[in-house]
Amino acid sequence: MRGLGGKETQILPKITFPVEATHIMMFARALDDTNPAYHDAEAARRSEAGGIVAPPTFTTAVAQFDPDYPLRPKHGESWFGSAKEASGITGKPATSGGLHGEQHFEYLRYPKPGDVLTAEVKPGKEWSKESRRAGKLIFRERITEFRDQAGDLVLVARSVGITTERPVEQTGGANGTAQG
Amino acid sequence: MALRRAELKVGDTHRERVVENLSRTQLVMYSGAGGDYNPLHSDEMYTVQVAGYPTVFSHGMLTMGLTGKMLTNYVGIARLTKFGVRFTNQVWPGDSLDAIATVEAIREEDGLHLVDLALSTVNQDGKDVLSGYATARIDP
Repeated sequence: MRGLGGKETQILPKITFPVEATHIMMFARALDDTNPAYHDAEAARRSEAGGIVAPPTFTTAVAQFDPDYPLRPKHGESWFGSAKEASGITGKPATSGGLHGEQHFEYLRYPKPGDVLTAEVKPGKEWSKESRRAGKLIFRERITEFRDQAGDLVLVARSVGITTERPVEQTGGANGTAQG
Repeated sequence: MALRRAELKVGDTHRERVVENLSRTQLVMYSGAGGDYNPLHSDEMYTVQVAGYPTVFSHGMLTMGLTGKMLTNYVGIARLTKFGVRFTNQVWPGDSLDAIATVEAIREEDGLHLVDLALSTVNQDGKDVLSGYATARIDP
């Protein structure tokens, strides 16, 4: 897309993220978190939270609502994971999109069922370094602001993704790396 | 359930086993709920033969979510104001993780009582898989 000055400007679409009780329940189950605040409306109402709320890392599930999210199979497109063969993509290297190096959250309030959040992603800094266990590492920061239906800021997420030159070696090496 | 300022002191620790013998099914549950379907977390054939890892491994955000479970059990629901982590080593099926919070400071800001915590999550061999920080509202 071209801006007024004729320069290329990167505009990432905003993502609408409706927060639902069932989604919170399933997310908490995946963490084996049995806190009633995540699945029992009556118990949650009697608790300090005053009702069901999202767990601290729940907004990562915004990926479900991103139409272009690369790590989800999409209608009509080849998937890079295995089927009969080890990868569904032939002729070019399959990519898993790199690793997750860091994640930071700042909370103004906690999302609850019925909220309709809008996520706006902004690219941040980019840097690189050499690693003994995985070759050249490229770090990319992304900042996501989540606002509610009133336009108020709910939380800010900052992630650092890492693209490695080769898979992370599993023996030796004291340098920390990352997870998927 | 919430922490009280009078009962806290710098250096206090809270330690919790957040997963025992991590199953591949839990990785699938996390993919389904969180939306990250990267085959590195569920697809052994792809992960070994194409990506070059010994087996599938955990989402970083599952490790962070498990650490968050320890935090909400310790400080109460909806009390965190900040939570940040660095992923330091991969987490594999069969791992058991302990998440540990250590009180670094107890302070007041804009009339709120806060505790600053240093976080560390370790596997069954005592190896760090996550390090980080959190700040939570506490009661006077």
